[in-house]
Amino acid sequence: MTESNYDEIMQLLCDRLSSLTNSGTQITPETNLISQLSIDSIKLLNLIMEIEDTFDVSVPINALTDVQTVRELADLVHKIKSAS
Amino acid sequence: MNLLEKLDASAAARKALLPDGVGAFGIPIEEVYSATEARIGDRRVLLLGTNNYLGLTFAPECIRAAHEAIDKEGTGTTGSRMANGSYFGHRALEREFADFYQCSYGIVFTTGYQANLGTISGLVGPGDTVLIDGDSHASIYDGCILSGADIIRFKHNDMADMEKRLRRLGSRVETTLIIAEGIYSMLGDQAPLAEIVKLKNAYNCILLLDEAHSLGVLGETGQGLVEKTGLLKEVDFITGTFSKSLCSIGGFCVSNHPQLEQLRYVSHPYIFTASPSPATIASTRAALELLRKGNHLRKQLWNNCTQLYSCFKETGYTLGPDPGPVIAVILDTPQQALLLWQKLLEHNIYVNLILPPAAPEGKSLVRCSVNAAHTAEQMTYVGNTFSKLYSVVCSNR
Repeated sequence: MTESNYDEIMQLLCDRLSSLTNSGTQITPETNLISQLSIDSIKLLNLIMEIEDTFDVSVPINALTDVQTVRELADLVHKIKSAS
Repeated sequence: MNLLEKLDASAAARKALLPDGVGAFGIPIEEVYSATEARIGDRRVLLLGTNNYLGLTFAPECIRAAHEAIDKEGTGTTGSRMANGSYFGHRALEREFADFYQCSYGIVFTTGYQANLGTISGLVGPGDTVLIDGDSHASIYDGCILSGADIIRFKHNDMADMEKRLRRLGSRVETTLIIAEGIYSMLGDQAPLAEIVKLKNAYNCILLLDEAHSLGVLGETGQGLVEKTGLLKEVDFITGTFSKSLCSIGGFCVSNHPQLEQLRYVSHPYIFTASPSPATIASTRAALELLRKGNHLRKQLWNNCTQLYSCFKETGYTLGPDPGPVIAVILDTPQQALLLWQKLLEHNIYVNLILPPAAPEGKSLVRCSVNAAHTAEQMTYVGNTFSKLYSVVCSNR
């Protein structure tokens, strides 16, 4: 998995999160998914399914317990994709 | 934000959904008159928001059995089965459930919630995988979380999506548990069990089916979706609850796998809780007997379901995909759902209000549950009231 793949993951996350929140909040890697974007649990779980399909990986939802920011979510997906 | 402030934030979010004074969640029920009527405030209301599918809450056989059990064995067991022992009733009910499902093994849990929690967390653990429908009940999600297994969701009732996710698991399918439900509690639709079984066999997984809402409702003898589809022998583990068609509280798991018995020694939700009270077990046993020979009740229930579903459909409401005892009226906005819920209560009809994120895909629902004890007159009144309110609630459609 290359750096450009990581950038691709980050870009996809920022784009999708931006359309999910509609709050006008600027999405950065450090944006907190819950406290800043108020993403509800169902929206987040559906986003994970989308990520799985886009990158053809399995992302267990229990792994999200360690995820708070956009960067941490990108790191998780990148780690899984690299191992697959 | 400290711990208490987090709860304040949660309370604020709830208040934002519901205006002050609207107690849609956990509404106080002052008196219960029958399987279909109760008093809320000063209103005598028609109950269209219970899970009393066969209408057995006041069945004399169940009430008598509960009274006799209290007289004979007292009000509670005061502890767990592992430490304090298994009463005759616990063991008898387990045999009766196993016999009902033509299985060799059965376990009774203290609640339906714990039946899923205990079965799932006993069957899988860290390093294993659970593949669950996206619309699964919270008890399934929580059981999966408790287990420590990896949790993968597939799109609700979407078999192509499920297969895609099974394929991605590769060799991990060997330790994968698939979980589906007979009837889904929010939209009232049924799992495509034949297709799930095909995939389960193709990928050599284990399948657990939760018949919580379908027990007593589907199949000639009320076993649920397994009986309706003729696929009883294809499902590895069946769980269910006593709190709906059986009108008490508790849950069960049955299986032909002898390993089910091991759950008594590894499943915390089974081990570390007080066992069901004698009265609960006795009324459940009596209700199970009524359920097994209750084809006339199922016929009445389905008459009521189809009548109301057709009436709502003709009126123009958007509904869940299948007619059944759970009829979900899908509204465009939370405000419309709240307005319909309030107007129905003003017309003395109690239903369930389901707002995002509790309902699937951000929907807002007015969830109606029909039972066998509802009379033709009550169904007509409900149908007419919903028709009358359509233009008030859905005027902007």
